Amino acid sequence: MKIGLIPEIATALLLARLRQTLIAAIGVTFSITMFVTLLSFMNGLNGLLDNMVLNRTPHIRLYSDIKPSENQPINLSKKYSGAYHFISSINPGSNRKELYNVGAIVQALKSDDRVLGWAPKVAAQVFYNIGPIEMTGVINGIDVISEQNLFYFEDYVVEGNAIDLQNIPNTIILGKTAAEKMLAKVGDNIQVTSGSGEQYTLKIVGFFQSGLAEIDKVQSYASLKTTQKILGKPNNYITDIQIKLHDMSMAPKVGKEYSSLFRCDAEDIQTANAQFETGSSVRNLISYAVGITLLIVSGFGIYNILNMMIYEKMDTIAILKATGFSGKDVKKIFITIALSIGLIGGFAGLIFGFLLSKIIDNIPFVTAALPTIDTYPIDYNPVFYIIATAFSLVTTYLAGWFPARKASKVDPVIIIRGK
Amino acid sequence: MKNDIVLMAQSITKYFTDPLPVKVLDDVSFQISKGEFTSIAGKSGCGKSTLLYILSTMDTDYTGQLWIGGQEMKIKTEKELAAVRNEKIGFVFQFHYLLNEFTVLKNVMLPGQKLAKLSDKDLEEKAMLHLKQLDIESLAKKPAYQLSGGEKQRVAIARALINDPLIIMGDEPTGNLDKKNSDIVFDIFAKLSSVYGQSMLIVTHDEEFAKKTGRTIVMEDGRIISSG
Ligand SMILES: Nc1ncnc2c1ncn2[C@@H]1O[C@H](COP(=O)(O)OP(=O)(O)OP(=O)(O)O)[C@@H](O)[C@H]1O
Ligand SMILES: [Mg+2]
Repeated sequence: MKIGLIPEIATALLLARLRQTLIAAIGVTFSITMFVTLLSFMNGLNGLLDNMVLNRTPHIRLYSDIKPSENQPINLSKKYSGAYHFISSINPGSNRKELYNVGAIVQALKSDDRVLGWAPKVAAQVFYNIGPIEMTGVINGIDVISEQNLFYFEDYVVEGNAIDLQNIPNTIILGKTAAEKMLAKVGDNIQVTSGSGEQYTLKIVGFFQSGLAEIDKVQSYASLKTTQKILGKPNNYITDIQIKLHDMSMAPKVGKEYSSLFRCDAEDIQTANAQFETGSSVRNLISYAVGITLLIVSGFGIYNILNMMIYEKMDTIAILKATGFSGKDVKKIFITIALSIGLIGGFAGLIFGFLLSKIIDNIPFVTAALPTIDTYPIDYNPVFYIIATAFSLVTTYLAGWFPARKASKVDPVIIIRGK
Repeated sequence: MKNDIVLMAQSITKYFTDPLPVKVLDDVSFQISKGEFTSIAGKSGCGKSTLLYILSTMDTDYTGQLWIGGQEMKIKTEKELAAVRNEKIGFVFQFHYLLNEFTVLKNVMLPGQKLAKLSDKDLEEKAMLHLKQLDIESLAKKPAYQLSGGEKQRVAIARALINDPLIIMGDEPTGNLDKKNSDIVFDIFAKLSSVYGQSMLIVTHDEEFAKKTGRTIVMEDGRIISSG
């Protein structure tokens, strides 16, 4: 057979039914447009929400939890090693929240090339004093530079300058919600009371807003030094080391390593934020489900139109068969028709999907909860376009396959007799 | 089997089972030699069309044997039979079946493009030659649906000729035409037979038509009563 004869016949049949073909193609275009837009938008949102957490969450947090020793004295005794020990009313031996061996940990981190960076932290439980009222709070003593590098600290400082924490002694950056409650302004002094009852005066050099009101009500930031002073601890006192890795998925493994090596606790991001991943995957699932449903609906559109075409073109099919085209040739013709509808409609859909995403990308979206965002987020991931193309081809192929098979089975004798 | 036999039917028997089993063709045997202009005549309902659909390989639901160009048809697949129809048989229907999506020229060329023995250019030349012989070359670029019945039938004949078939089959090709057009079509057939030695098997119930052909096979109730 001449190459290109099947597409040529398919094109002629297509053009003879241009209106219906266009409608079928528009159906595909619509569903691909929605599919691409929906996924880009959903993933943009997912990325945004994930980043909200991921940007500020260490991949691994090393800390020392307050808990009873796992190795009670009786367990260490050789004499009773074979016995079952009933131990009751265990209390933690010390209330040290301090990380031991900070120096050694830092050495290890420096020489570990899986590690992107780390930031030390001292968390101090305090009360903010507002006149006679006391509000609980947590002051995070941080190293501003590394906090900035790893966790984009400055992005969340909505007023004032983050670096002032480092440069001016006895300063604090308050959570926005807490500041509102205290009616505090940048430049004001506030009183805080440490856990051990001592009072300090701190100057407010800025506000920060994480977008999570619960955090903004409680957390505030100061330099490591200031916080150590409030706690009355020496300047090697560190409660947390926050680590970011090059590859986030390594976090549980690396965390365990450090935890056993330095006898501290390690919390990895996967454990700490399991619910976020669930949220993302559910949103993804929904957008795929909606997108695929749209495609299936448009597949039925193609199916209908091809079925109609086959009824209308019975004569054509009969003549083709009578003049030497096999059932397989006829099937190819109709599959070609279906695939061209899918291909043309799908390609237009990709373009429109991209344009619609662009439009959404430019719609202003200002919310206090997300200080770093000013338009709706869109994820222009080419994978969505590839998936959309693949799905449109698969659905149109399937939608074309059944009518095409029917066409291939048309008995020319019945058609010719029927005249 | 001799080389100059283009078609041979042996004990072809066919039943229709709907609604009751009826024997439409009963032990039909005959053969057609190269260059013969044969007609099949008989009363309406005697099984002429049914026989022709079997001979043209479109109907495979029969018992008996059929050879075309020395090849046994019973053992061929659907695809192989399509190839036989494409290369060895030219079919002219009563109702001038053309593809309305294409021009006259394209209609004539399509079976040739399916066969793909000639380039498009050569095929087009050949198709134009046939159209010219049939006196319709001026219609070549017209869409098929714009033609009159007689013109369509001539296009169908040109299409049947495009692959130089072993045999041309027609099921009442003049049945739907007026006297003048019938005569034109008959004259074309007569010329194809006498000048080009084209083998032909034409079903008709037009006695005048049948008489003018070289040989007439007469059927009655699914049997051949005279092989001419
Ligand atoms: N699909 C079918 N099912 C059952 N019976 C059929 C079928 N097709 C044809 N017949 C019957 O078979 C017989 C032969 O039909 P056929 O069309 O071959 O006749 P014919 O000789 O061509 O007649 P005409 O000259 O009117 O065209 C008729 O009695 C017809 O009613
Ligand atoms: Mg008939």
